[in-house]
Amino acid sequence: MSQTKSQNSIAFVIGASSVGTLIEWYDFYIFGMLATIISKQFFPADAGTAALLSTLAIFAAGFIVRPFGALVFGRLGDLIGRKHTFLLTLVIMGGSTFAIGLVPGYATIGWAAPILVLILRLLQGLALGGEYGGAATYVAEHAPAGQRGFWTSWIQTTATLGLFLALGVIIFIRSEQGVEKFSAEWGGWRYPFWISLLLVGVSVLIRMRMSESPMFSKLKTEGKISTNPLKESFGHKANFKMVLLALFGAVMGQGVVWYTGQFYAQSFIETVCKVEFIQSRDLMLWAILMATPGFVLFGWLSDKVGRKWIMLLGMLLAILTYRPIYKQFLVITSANNRIEKIDLASTKISEKTVVVDKKDNTKIYVVQHFDTAYTDGAVFKYTKTDTLHLSATYDPTIKIDSLSALSTTLILTQSAKPNVVIEKTMDKSSYWSLIWLVFVQILYVTMVYGPIAAFLVEMFPTKIRYTSMSLPYHIGNGVFGGLVPFLGTLIVEFTKNEAHPNGDPLAGLWYPIGVASICLVIGVVYLTNKIDKNVMD
Amino acid sequence: MNSIKKLLGYVWMLLAPAIICFLVYEALEKMGAASAAQKANVTLQWMIILLIFTPICIGFFIFGKYASANEYDHLPESSSEIE
Repeated sequence: MSQTKSQNSIAFVIGASSVGTLIEWYDFYIFGMLATIISKQFFPADAGTAALLSTLAIFAAGFIVRPFGALVFGRLGDLIGRKHTFLLTLVIMGGSTFAIGLVPGYATIGWAAPILVLILRLLQGLALGGEYGGAATYVAEHAPAGQRGFWTSWIQTTATLGLFLALGVIIFIRSEQGVEKFSAEWGGWRYPFWISLLLVGVSVLIRMRMSESPMFSKLKTEGKISTNPLKESFGHKANFKMVLLALFGAVMGQGVVWYTGQFYAQSFIETVCKVEFIQSRDLMLWAILMATPGFVLFGWLSDKVGRKWIMLLGMLLAILTYRPIYKQFLVITSANNRIEKIDLASTKISEKTVVVDKKDNTKIYVVQHFDTAYTDGAVFKYTKTDTLHLSATYDPTIKIDSLSALSTTLILTQSAKPNVVIEKTMDKSSYWSLIWLVFVQILYVTMVYGPIAAFLVEMFPTKIRYTSMSLPYHIGNGVFGGLVPFLGTLIVEFTKNEAHPNGDPLAGLWYPIGVASICLVIGVVYLTNKIDKNVMD
Repeated sequence: MNSIKKLLGYVWMLLAPAIICFLVYEALEKMGAASAAQKANVTLQWMIILLIFTPICIGFFIFGKYASANEYDHLPESSSEIE
């Protein structure tokens, strides 16, 4: 009877903690996923200061601020308790997310728009930095000894499920409204931000019913809580060396494996392989859905065989297979291995249409669409755009709306190379092959990420646990992991030259492979596989 | 195993400044090569990267120093060894 009650109680703890953490991840992800629309709505189109603000808001705030959030809220969690701290982070995250959805666009309030968005994004990053450590600590401190990996792994599923929820909501609204309505100033892209208020409200109500962590309550009753968690975490060599070991021997490798599997893969499929917007997101959803039980499986397994080798095996597999997997992405989505359907019904070539630039009426775009169908069912859509600049003798009162109106004498220059945009809709077999390859990568994510909360909790003493585990976690994930898409793209840029104008598309993988390799060596040599049965001390 | 830990400690101590030097070199090169329109943004991006990775590399150096001083030969088994 008492065992059932205890199981129900831990299930409530997990449920309440997980829902809140999931919503925080959802809030954090929707901003990134809607970054293109956000930058169009809140930032002026010209470069300069606007681009700087855009970079700060979209690129930097998410990475730099998370470790600061870990320090601020970690300290608070060790001083006033886990429950109230992660209630606070939830309210900050929900409030700032909802507020982003309310900020009028640049067209309405000018520079106030990007500045407000930047401030709200900073708040989001801070809140996320404080949330995870609190939830993981809270659950671990409730979990029975010997089952800590299993119970904390539920918290680990929230990051992936948050991504799943964000993707699902965005895809649903976008397909209901259509691209144009969705992208308008007060269009559907704002709905995911507004929905957050409802989700956070429910989660706050649930979390209000939760009691404080039993271990923290015990320390408080005994008057043993830390008076200066930051100093005790990072000022004392004995603890600081464990913080460094956690970062370099586990979390930095886990971070790059996670972000490669869930974010770099999607970006690669969409921008390098050119798979169509909805299909590239759909296949991520399937892969995530199928791989998510892996978090719980590996969390449970880590209680039986230890955390170290499961995490390191995930890293090793990632190091060995990333390049073959991404090479396979290119092969599957290539036109080379396909047989083109050569009949008029399948291969559509549109008429050339003329579009005048909205800001500069001497700039004309000549657009033509080609649809190439293949025998396996795949369809590759090409949009070719030639840019023409009209001569100074051009009379702007003459309306140019078709090719016939565009006499050759009016054209001053033509772009040397047309801009060709490709959108590939994959056939069923290729689609499932892509899902399988993403699934394998997310399975690695579940191996490295499933046991990590229990692993970190067991490394540090109760009174400074929130602070000590939050910082390495957010440096490893926010910085090492969060930079995977940016640094990966940057490395590909380095490989571009005259002989290879597209560079080596696989070169970006050297960053996660390199970081994971160093982490693997450190983990193998320095970490212990022993499970700490008593985290009460 | 302890001698491997110590030896690798020296490797990490050398790797940390090497990474900083590499990043500074790349930053200077990329900022120099950026066009006028992109200059501010490229500079900002590289400043952020340097700002983030320099303290991490210092931490990596300290990690190497601890490892070379045999600090990780025995990992604490209870919190009393940490406090």
